[in-house]
Amino acid sequence: MGEPSVTATGGFMAEPEMAPPGQFMGEPSADGRFGEFGGMFVPETLVPACQELDRAFRSAWGDPGFRGELDRLLRDYAGRPSPMTECPNLSEELGVRILLKREDLNHTGSHKINNVLGQALLAQRMGKTSLVAETGAGQHGVATATAAALFGMDCVVHMGTVDIARQELNVFRMRLLGAEVRAAETGSRTLKDAVNEALRHWVAAADTTHYCLGSVMGPHPYPWMVREFQRVVGEEARRQCAEVLGGGVPEVVTAAVGGGSNAAGIFAGFANTSAELVGVEPAGGAAIGRAVPGIVHGSRSYLMQDEWGQVLEAESISAGLDYPGVGPEHSHLAATGRATYEQVTDAEVIEAFSLLSRTEGIICALECAHALAWVSRARADLAGRTVLLNLSGRGDKDVDQMMGILG
Amino acid sequence: MTGGTGPGGADGWGRLEAALRGRRRAGGKCLVPYLTGGLGDDWLETICAVAAAGADAIEIGVPFSDPVMDGTTIQEANDRALSEGATPQSILAAVSGAAADIGVPTAVMTYVNIAHHMGYERFASSLAAVGVSGCVLPDLPLEELGEWAGCADAAGVETVLLAAPTAPDERLPRICARSRGFVYGVGLMGITGVREELAAGATRTAARLKAVTDRPVLVGVGVSTPAQAAEVCEVADGAVVGSAIVTRMLEGAGPEGVAALVAEFRAALDAAHS
Ligand SMILES: Cc1ncc(COP(=O)(O)O)c(C=O)c1O
Repeated sequence: MGEPSVTATGGFMAEPEMAPPGQFMGEPSADGRFGEFGGMFVPETLVPACQELDRAFRSAWGDPGFRGELDRLLRDYAGRPSPMTECPNLSEELGVRILLKREDLNHTGSHKINNVLGQALLAQRMGKTSLVAETGAGQHGVATATAAALFGMDCVVHMGTVDIARQELNVFRMRLLGAEVRAAETGSRTLKDAVNEALRHWVAAADTTHYCLGSVMGPHPYPWMVREFQRVVGEEARRQCAEVLGGGVPEVVTAAVGGGSNAAGIFAGFANTSAELVGVEPAGGAAIGRAVPGIVHGSRSYLMQDEWGQVLEAESISAGLDYPGVGPEHSHLAATGRATYEQVTDAEVIEAFSLLSRTEGIICALECAHALAWVSRARADLAGRTVLLNLSGRGDKDVDQMMGILG
Repeated sequence: MTGGTGPGGADGWGRLEAALRGRRRAGGKCLVPYLTGGLGDDWLETICAVAAAGADAIEIGVPFSDPVMDGTTIQEANDRALSEGATPQSILAAVSGAAADIGVPTAVMTYVNIAHHMGYERFASSLAAVGVSGCVLPDLPLEELGEWAGCADAAGVETVLLAAPTAPDERLPRICARSRGFVYGVGLMGITGVREELAAGATRTAARLKAVTDRPVLVGVGVSTPAQAAEVCEVADGAVVGSAIVTRMLEGAGPEGVAALVAEFRAALDAAHS
């Protein structure tokens, strides 16, 4: 910081200590950067596909016809707007007023459908006939398979064999929806390796196939495009908070961070307000916690790696957060101090998962239980404050795994 | 033995490009085998044997945990080398000690994070210090090249750029102008791996590149047999052969076994284009 940096247009500007809120979560620079993070680090063979996608997204996003069609799908098919729920019992127990943004109530059970409907509609507009996706917990895979069924497209989902074993239910759902699930058997056999396989698949099929990436990661334009498709979460929540809080905003907005799409979506509604933004990573997959930049899967961002730059395997109870990297915009939000990122352990997550079930009658996904685990741990500091938490998904997929743990 | 790698080799070209231009000037076709560094105990002897069997230059793979441009063969080679403890440093140190025995120019092929993590400047100067002439970073396209290319140029390392079959016409001259050593025409839309037949687009890509550059044009990815190499070299100045050779390494063919395959490639290129 403090060093002059070259802007996208080649001019020089002094880097401010901390940019005013208005500068956050807008369009990235022409070279796909959020500050010093992002970019388009892909083989030459994928450059034309990424550039085509960038052009197509810009055109669609500026087209009221496309926006109207997507809004209609989100409303009539996915069930938006999702409600925001006050949690009196939980709030009393923790001494913190908690508002839940209920992405668990969307069709297919998580926020992933918001992004997938946007990308599938875009793929159709681009004349693509097939979708390929990666998945960790299977929620993004299920959402993609769902959209493919709806749009009459072929669908292949790559999934690590470790995740196939722990998310059997979602594997079956994808197959029921007509998708082919391909086992990724390399490396750590989790989300990271599923992304590798999806990229390899896409290189060979980009003329007919759209890569429906599930989070705010990957090469430009994905981090930006996926955040824009998830922005609806934050915009709705902003209006819902205004109603409940007499025109105000919550003091804290929090969400779990894997690649970071549900967090980016809800943060986007509050980036230019006084709300504190807090992302929560699993302790075993804390890319931002370690804060070492690296380049993998198309962008420069914080990345868990060894002393030689080999990417490390993340280790988390939650398949959806079992990823050693993080979306580049989160690295930027962390580096500038606009958002902070906390880490929680698997044990804290299990406790939060049970707590929400017991107090509010909501069985949530293990991913968003991370955000609640942080609120629970920080409750002394948060006492008397209002926290908006993105409840990104429902827990059906995790019940089997939890049965093994909790008995 | 010239240890130097900087510009200012013969005719002002880097050592890698000078060697390939030399082969072409003599009426021959260039053969550049790819071998995974750190794979097995005898990988360095294998490189020396391959050089003696008629390679014009050698690409040495520095394994990376997430090689997205590679198919199952090179993935397996990467994983095995990594589990045997290979690091960028161990590979470069070994190459440094064997430069004289290798005798032909070498280029390192790895993914950008390996260079980024060490720091572009340090990585480039490490290559130069051990006598490696060139570098291929397949996930660093033209748009992202600037920072690395500056460091590589300053250290005298030749950065070889890839050109894809789907690249629009306006892009190819820019790739050729910025590439050093040679231009790496990608033989097909896909990842590395052995294929039954040469992709139809391979020679077309070579022809499109030859039309816009005087730099040596080599085609790689999907060039798997001596016959396929000869076929693509009807247009291209040479071929890069990876998975076919790495398959032999994985089978444990040893230096002689791998060199025998390289000699077959050499013979096919010499016979078809003498
Ligand atoms: C319910 C749920 N929340 C969160 C995530 C993590 O993804 P992201 O960080 O992109 O929101 C997943 C991923 O599978 C998920 O299923």
